[in-house]
Amino acid sequence: MITVDNLSKSFTLHILNEKKIVACRDISFHVPPGGFLGLSGPSGVGKSTVLKCLYRTYLASSGAIRYNSAAYGSVDLATLPDRAVIDIRYKEMGYVSQFLKVIPRVSALAVIMEPILARNGVSRDAARKRAIGLLERLRIPSHLFDAYPVTFSGGEQQRINIARAVSWKPRLLLLDEPTASLDKDSVGVVLEILKELREEGTTMIGIFHDTKLLESVTDSVYQVNNIVRHGFVAG
Amino acid sequence: MEPLIRIRGLSKRFGQGCSRCLDATGPEQDTNLCPHCGSVMACNDVSFDLFRNEALGVVGESGSGKSTLVRLLHFEWEASGGGMEMHRSAGLSNLPEMFTDGSNYSCNLLGLSHFQKRQLRNALMGIVYQNPHLGLRMQVSSGGNIAERLLGAGWRNIAKMRERSAELLERTEIPIERMDEPPCNFSGGMQQRVQIAKALSNNPLILFLDEVTTGLDLSVQARVLDMIRNLRSEFNLSMLVVSHDLGVINLLCQRTMVMKSGHVVESGLTDQILQDPQHRYTQLLVASQL
Repeated sequence: MITVDNLSKSFTLHILNEKKIVACRDISFHVPPGGFLGLSGPSGVGKSTVLKCLYRTYLASSGAIRYNSAAYGSVDLATLPDRAVIDIRYKEMGYVSQFLKVIPRVSALAVIMEPILARNGVSRDAARKRAIGLLERLRIPSHLFDAYPVTFSGGEQQRINIARAVSWKPRLLLLDEPTASLDKDSVGVVLEILKELREEGTTMIGIFHDTKLLESVTDSVYQVNNIVRHGFVAG
Repeated sequence: MEPLIRIRGLSKRFGQGCSRCLDATGPEQDTNLCPHCGSVMACNDVSFDLFRNEALGVVGESGSGKSTLVRLLHFEWEASGGGMEMHRSAGLSNLPEMFTDGSNYSCNLLGLSHFQKRQLRNALMGIVYQNPHLGLRMQVSSGGNIAERLLGAGWRNIAKMRERSAELLERTEIPIERMDEPPCNFSGGMQQRVQIAKALSNNPLILFLDEVTTGLDLSVQARVLDMIRNLRSEFNLSMLVVSHDLGVINLLCQRTMVMKSGHVVESGLTDQILQDPQHRYTQLLVASQL
């Protein structure tokens, strides 16, 4: 489904006298359709950078990101034209960031309904039902459904973030510490939802800082530090 | 998917120009003023595609050529060079001479006659300016402002025009009972909403937004932006959003171009431009954001 080959990312800061920062180097891995790869390593080693390169929030400095798209066939996400990336993001690829970043003045329910309505071609009622179902499962109190998520606690925001990303059942899902600010029960619910999504065929790549969790949910782990590598081998 | 409009090598020079203008201006020289002949290269070799149903952002400091770009595309100013072609699917059935058989794209629209340009503008384009005085007749009633635009687009039935005006003003949250009042009686935010209603009245394919929220206070700005976001999906608009405010661009646009001294120095996905800017100027712009 996705094969990363010698991906490196460095930032050149022109305004700091051309200072160069290497964020990740020589990353190679392969995830088969339906697989779940975990990225592991100490903080600052470049795990989030890898995900952002896959999502094209960062432009890769070198290397290739081969993705087998449903709409476009085999493409290199590192060099694909912007319009096609937007289309793939829209139809196939979801991303759960470390922090919720939503449009202000949109209610929690609308935040989750929006991607379902836009993509899955269902009625407003059906989208509403699915969104409410997710919010209830994630234990968001019902009196918050029509409130603005910016005012929520960190854990509630993160659950909204997850609900939004899984609501439309993307084909490929990138997860950046989705459970970092959640209590134990909520973590359990999130893992259950991810498991169901996988059963429906979603391929996932995720970062979890809890190693036990990482090993229990993923079916292979890639160590981001250029020394130890196991899991799926590139190619 | 093929772009709705293709812009290639668009340039605008104010002044007589000389052989050294091109080399002496641009982002590296940090100026758009030619030191040899005193000409201003307001836009230089700007190329991009605008797709259906997308919002493309244009950011840059004042004097970078953003508003010039909009005025060229809206046929207010004559370009010094370059091309603008529109896809056949834009529905220009009343202007069949623009298309040669077999080609999916029109001839260079910048070379059309004034009359044809006006026809095209009335049929396909809408614009909202930073300064409502540019977009509205301040002494004419709000409904009249919209009716004027409808007349330009070929409407003739007064009752229908009034009905359409009321519908649009309602949509942009102007109380209907005030539709006979002139915009000079309104607050800045209301004037901006009347401008939006007017711009949308002919069901345009392309909407130009030139610093539409600059100068509005924050809560009003938020409402205008909310409205634009909703209208985009409702009206299936392609929008060119010019702003120096990265927050506005981030909220409205999936793709963004960065302009500096008349040139496009960088373009990409909006989140990439904001989080991984490549050009020195973009890095400075992003780092300067509050």
